[in-house]
Amino acid sequence: MAKNGLLIQYDWCTGCHACEVACKQEHNFPVGMCGIKVNELVSKAPDKVYVDYTVAVTRFCDLCAERVKGKDVPACVKHCQATCIKYGPLAALVKEQEKQPRTSLFAPK
Amino acid sequence: MAKSNDQKVLSTLWSAGCGSHGGCGCEIFVKNGKVTKVEGDCNHPWNQGRLCAKGLAIREYIYHPDRVLYPLKRVGKRGEGKWERITWDEAYDTIEKKLKDIREKHGAESVIFCQGTGRDIGGPITFLMYAYGSPNWVQVGLAGHACYTPRLGAMFATHGNYTVADCSQFLEKRYNSKEWTPPKYIIIWAQNPAAGCHDGFYGHWIIDCMKRGSKLITIDPRSTWFSTRSEVHLQNRPGTDGAIALGMLNVIINEGIYDKKFVEKWCYGFSELKKRVQEYSPEKVEKISGVPANLLRKAARLYAKNKPSAIQWGEPVDAMPAGSVVAQAITQLWSITGNIDVPGGNVIAKNSHGVTTYPFSSAELTDLYGADLVKRLNEKRIGANDYPMIKNFRGWVQPDVLIKQMETGKPYPVKAAWIQTSNILGGQAADPKRHYEAMKKLDFIVAVDLFQNPTTMALADIFLPAATIAEKESFRTWWQPLGVSVKAIKGLGAVKSDWEINLEMAKRLSTTPIKYKNVREVIDERLSAGKTNFEKLKAKGCWEFPPKNDPSRPYYRYERGLLRKDGKPGFDTPTGKVELYATKYKEWGLDPLPYYEEPKESPVATKNLAKEYPLILTTGRRSPVFFHSEHRMIPWLRELDPVPVAEINDEVAESLGIKNGDWVYVENTHGKIKMKAKASPICPPEVVSVPHGWWLPETDGTAPNLFSTWDHNVNNLTSMGNQGKSGFGGTNYRSGLCRVYKVEGGKE
Ligand code: SF4
Ligand code: SF4
Repeated sequence: MAKNGLLIQYDWCTGCHACEVACKQEHNFPVGMCGIKVNELVSKAPDKVYVDYTVAVTRFCDLCAERVKGKDVPACVKHCQATCIKYGPLAALVKEQEKQPRTSLFAPK
Repeated sequence: MAKSNDQKVLSTLWSAGCGSHGGCGCEIFVKNGKVTKVEGDCNHPWNQGRLCAKGLAIREYIYHPDRVLYPLKRVGKRGEGKWERITWDEAYDTIEKKLKDIREKHGAESVIFCQGTGRDIGGPITFLMYAYGSPNWVQVGLAGHACYTPRLGAMFATHGNYTVADCSQFLEKRYNSKEWTPPKYIIIWAQNPAAGCHDGFYGHWIIDCMKRGSKLITIDPRSTWFSTRSEVHLQNRPGTDGAIALGMLNVIINEGIYDKKFVEKWCYGFSELKKRVQEYSPEKVEKISGVPANLLRKAARLYAKNKPSAIQWGEPVDAMPAGSVVAQAITQLWSITGNIDVPGGNVIAKNSHGVTTYPFSSAELTDLYGADLVKRLNEKRIGANDYPMIKNFRGWVQPDVLIKQMETGKPYPVKAAWIQTSNILGGQAADPKRHYEAMKKLDFIVAVDLFQNPTTMALADIFLPAATIAEKESFRTWWQPLGVSVKAIKGLGAVKSDWEINLEMAKRLSTTPIKYKNVREVIDERLSAGKTNFEKLKAKGCWEFPPKNDPSRPYYRYERGLLRKDGKPGFDTPTGKVELYATKYKEWGLDPLPYYEEPKESPVATKNLAKEYPLILTTGRRSPVFFHSEHRMIPWLRELDPVPVAEINDEVAESLGIKNGDWVYVENTHGKIKMKAKASPICPPEVVSVPHGWWLPETDGTAPNLFSTWDHNVNNLTSMGNQGKSGFGGTNYRSGLCRVYKVEGGKE
């Protein structure tokens, strides 16, 4: 079976942290552990200061294996307030990357 | 992990858990009477399946071990933290006796009814207050009443209604609605919409619009995610937003790029405004605000020449030296550009179906309680007679006048307080020490809340435990759609909803009979104005938009005669037009035209002070994982924002020997607080940005520590008594002077 993954259109990520809490709630992760982690990235360029967020998917992400057995999408995908996380077969996500600016791909273990 | 066989209850979120201004549709999963999970409802047009961090953490909020689940009475001294569990009957009996005694001896007005901004509080608290007979409904310590009310007042005076940025939220098909078009530009004025749903506006709607082509202009002293993505970023000195608005009006008027047809047909007082704004050339505004004149011109032109465009504004506008004046000038921007009640502009926002959570209008109140109460409300309401705008716009007390009255007992003493949804000392009040001293002396204080906090610990005699959103029925009419909250589980312990508590209390205290048997009857009666009821809405998935041609549906209502009581086209103002020259302001003894006022304390106004305190302190930076002073005890959320952080420019920090992560004192003439430094170019060199509402629930709650509120609550650096001429705005929430230095040893 084709492997699935997550496509993060991080240019849209506002740093709202919803994905992290969605993941925590779904998996009952204790403090200190999460499937996804958002970081602020501040760059001081000659023209202006840029504030961006990057999204790292961690070793604890199981792509919401239980959840996606039904019709549900992963918890972070559903709740991302900027709708900037996509779930699907890796090949399709890579194709999508060709069209989208500033994305990153997560492929699980 | 929730299993698919868990029961799924649809509901509408409005705080007590998510901590918010509400509106999101949610799915509450329940198993064996316990909430297993809360998710967004994909079929709800408001959030379309999404939910913020706070909403997703509701489970931890409901089942938190520190939640207060039974009524308590204080058995030690105030602040000692000694409580005894009592029954509701004992609690109600005690309160009834005390408040009746006080009413007899001192009059109902000597009891103040204090709310914050969480939960569905406006309805139940005014319901109880009017039943008791007091006119004093207040957000204690909110200096200059700087939270939305000044903006609402300015909009009311200018066009007789309120508007919000149109992100299609008034249409059930949302972004697919044929009649909607995205704003070409959105001006984000003094707000970080990503951090929440301020004033009933789901912040990420802005991102939805950006994906559909909206471009941004950001007005903010700091660099943000939004400024990064903006075509123009006006990085003004904190406190000078009034000058920015006047400068933009100047450019738009003098360059003739306003909507001439709209102004001619629908605006009143254009020539007066034109004359006034001549005092604010972009060059002069540059001197005041630090924003280059050409950048200001560019922003004004982009906004005026690209119709439709919208403005989304934030609370700092209210806190400006003349909050209601700054708000007026911004209101005029969308007025003269004809961006009012048009798709993708600033659309007029009305309560869905015309339903209100509780009657606030004089006519309805007279019907319910008689003319005598309504008369007394206006005679005795604290601050109403000092400020005509306060008196005539809405039924609130003016908080700066209140603190004085609590201290002096003049013109009459304040004897008791009913505090519901408000952490006065730990977040809401400016100068909390002053409020602590004044409120400690009150004879009797009831607090209705879910957790102990600095206020309940320091002041409450009786603590009544309130329900979370999952444990109660309620309804929501704040803009649209009309919604209901459905009870998903039995309340934990003995908790009750705010409506239940206040209805039961009102029955004991009211001087006229209360006709409602239960809360459902109250809800259904309110909803009947929208020709629906609780069960009907629940069956529909908890929400409904108003029917076609209902006056609460957009657009162009001024043309269709849907705004005025007389059914004529036009706006609901004395002249029937958008009043650029506000006759209401004039009637209230205020300048009918906008002007700029410098902050009381600033590098310009107080040059000598600025030598000692060279940095500008701007407070109230929002965290996306907290709502005001809430949620510091929720592990999933606290983990994401563990300590109070002061943002300071990286180069300035270096020059002060401060490194990222150092503990620092932020100090001004009022005192000092401890924060962790974040050295970052996000802040311009002169600005220090600090979040509000910080206390540490994990530390000692008894006095004097009171959960460390004196160490970390930035309001300890703010003061009362600076209100603007209208009674609104004016305090140093957003623009005061301070200095920052390292805590010795760098440790807490
Ligand atoms: S896919 Fe599931 S497990 Fe992975 S980060 Fe998202 S919510 Fe967490
Ligand atoms: S939910 Fe989406 S927008 Fe929010 S932090 Fe996560 S990835 Fe970013």
